[in-house]
Amino acid sequence: MVASLDLTLSGSWKGRGLQNIKAAEIGAEGIGKRFGSFAALDDISLTIGRGEFLTLLGPSGSGKTTFLMILAGFEPATFGRLTLDGRDVTKMPAEERAFGMVFQGYALFPHMTVEQNIAFPLKVQRRSAAEVRRRVAEMVEMVGLGGHGHKRPAGLSGGQQQRVALARALAYEPPVLLLDEPFSALDKNLRGQMQDEVRRLHRETGTTFVFVTHDQSEALALSSRVAIFDHGKLQQLASPQEVYERPANRFVAEFLGDINILPLTDVAPDAAGACGRFEGGVIRAAAGAGCVSGLLAVRPEYMRLSEAAPDGNAVCARIDEVIYLGAETRLELRTRGGIALTLSVATAALPQGLRQGAEIWAGWPEEQGFFL
Amino acid sequence: MSNATRTFVLLGPLLAFIGLTYLVPFLGVMRWSVTLPEPGLGQYQAALSDPLILSVLVRTLRICTLVTLFSVLAAYAVTLIWVRGSPAQRLAIELCILIPFWISVLTRAFGWLALLSNRGILNEWLQSLGILSEPLTLVRNEFGVIVGMTHYLIPFAVFPLASAMRNLDERALMAARGMGASRARVFRNVFVPMTAAGILGAALVVFVFALGFFVTPAILGGGRSVMVAELIYLYIFQIPNWGLAAAVSVILMVAVGVLLALLMRVMRPPVPR
Repeated sequence: MVASLDLTLSGSWKGRGLQNIKAAEIGAEGIGKRFGSFAALDDISLTIGRGEFLTLLGPSGSGKTTFLMILAGFEPATFGRLTLDGRDVTKMPAEERAFGMVFQGYALFPHMTVEQNIAFPLKVQRRSAAEVRRRVAEMVEMVGLGGHGHKRPAGLSGGQQQRVALARALAYEPPVLLLDEPFSALDKNLRGQMQDEVRRLHRETGTTFVFVTHDQSEALALSSRVAIFDHGKLQQLASPQEVYERPANRFVAEFLGDINILPLTDVAPDAAGACGRFEGGVIRAAAGAGCVSGLLAVRPEYMRLSEAAPDGNAVCARIDEVIYLGAETRLELRTRGGIALTLSVATAALPQGLRQGAEIWAGWPEEQGFFL
Repeated sequence: MSNATRTFVLLGPLLAFIGLTYLVPFLGVMRWSVTLPEPGLGQYQAALSDPLILSVLVRTLRICTLVTLFSVLAAYAVTLIWVRGSPAQRLAIELCILIPFWISVLTRAFGWLALLSNRGILNEWLQSLGILSEPLTLVRNEFGVIVGMTHYLIPFAVFPLASAMRNLDERALMAARGMGASRARVFRNVFVPMTAAGILGAALVVFVFALGFFVTPAILGGGRSVMVAELIYLYIFQIPNWGLAAAVSVILMVAVGVLLALLMRVMRPPVPR
């Protein structure tokens, strides 16, 4: 029911010219946060472009939420400078920044109806009664809650409550919308729907979105750029494709999904990139950067199976486990030297007769291997 | 053992105790009210047509309403600091709430007398400074009763308010501030409404306690500001007219019951549909 509503509404909403002209650019210069002697954030510098969808991704305790709270103005930064469209806002309190916020627990006002919740920021801005009514009606429709306007939050499902929170945060066209793990309390299917919803709202409002999550697939699916945090430091800031396929370091590579890491010996750069040796065979990589470490990384989905040694990069390994996951099948392999490998193969393309204990070759294209 | 049986077994002793010590005596009082000195509703007629009794009932309602208002207002401020203040502020508030709690109501009433009477500490001090030439009458009137009762009842209002403030979702306040609402507006439009159930609960506790107050009005009212509990005492031990005392007691109980029912209706959470 919800999905069909989404389709009709997104269709009717498009092209109404409600693009947010106020979308702002945020600059962070050397932002740091200390709690006593503990550095929660260390020297974060980045620029969030006008209308961008930036995701702050990292494990819990990585500093991503602290950074969001500093952006919102709820936490003061210990060091550094924050700018909004070039203006210094480092010391500006949260209520003056007035960025929209969406929280994990929805944070709706329980004593107000859906419509009153959405009207709250508009009334704070002293918009006229007629405009408040019009805008609330628009927002209720926009998030697919027509007919629920007079209910209180307690009478709504989790997904509906999060839609109210989104509508409330976007109603007054804030220059920036901050979302703090908004979907982590929702189940998987609902989460997918809400991700579609957020992507659509971003496209239609044109507001700058800053989204915090610890879920890599959510980050990759939603963002125009991903900022990866660990131990209070910014590890990499790049497009989803780039952070996934060209991670800046081993942490980023491992955090963004499964990865096979092969320690090569006798690594040397050559004309086409670099080459080295692994368990008696020669392995080549198209990019030579970082080859001094000798650690070659390959994503599981780029590895192909074959019965006999193929041309190009390949290693011989024994099958430890075959795990059927529906659309894809996961293979756990172990090389002769005892290095564990993971492969992810489309079930439809799986060779017949794979047995545990059998020996097999895993190969990959040169350009899909990169050094960490 | 089924669930219902277990509930009955566990609650049984309490129900029996309440029945024996509360319901049976109250039924006895109700019987007096319609049998003494002769069967009939004569005592109710007498109570509701006696200007003295009516004026005491009106005064009791007035004092209780004011005491409830002042206690809940003061308790709201105290609780706000208790729940959201710095550790040092919390400790100070805890001491201010707990220490009076340990002192008997009688001692506290005499304490106020020592402080507020015509030759008490406050009047002597104001006169010695030359601010007053004549002492202010601060006790043996309604003002004294209200001060004493409010002081006694503030802690009872603090606990329901504290639980409401502690259970409040902090993020709703952050969300409101994040949307540009000033601190005053967040307090008025979000914080206070979100603690409304606690405010009603506190008001109810204070009002019901206040209706039955005896010692504080007797001492600080000095016989000039008689409340209903003192009146009932007079009709039982001094006049005596047990039937009339019983009728006034029943009127008081009915008033409390009606009030409770009304408040329960208001406090009932909105039914989600």
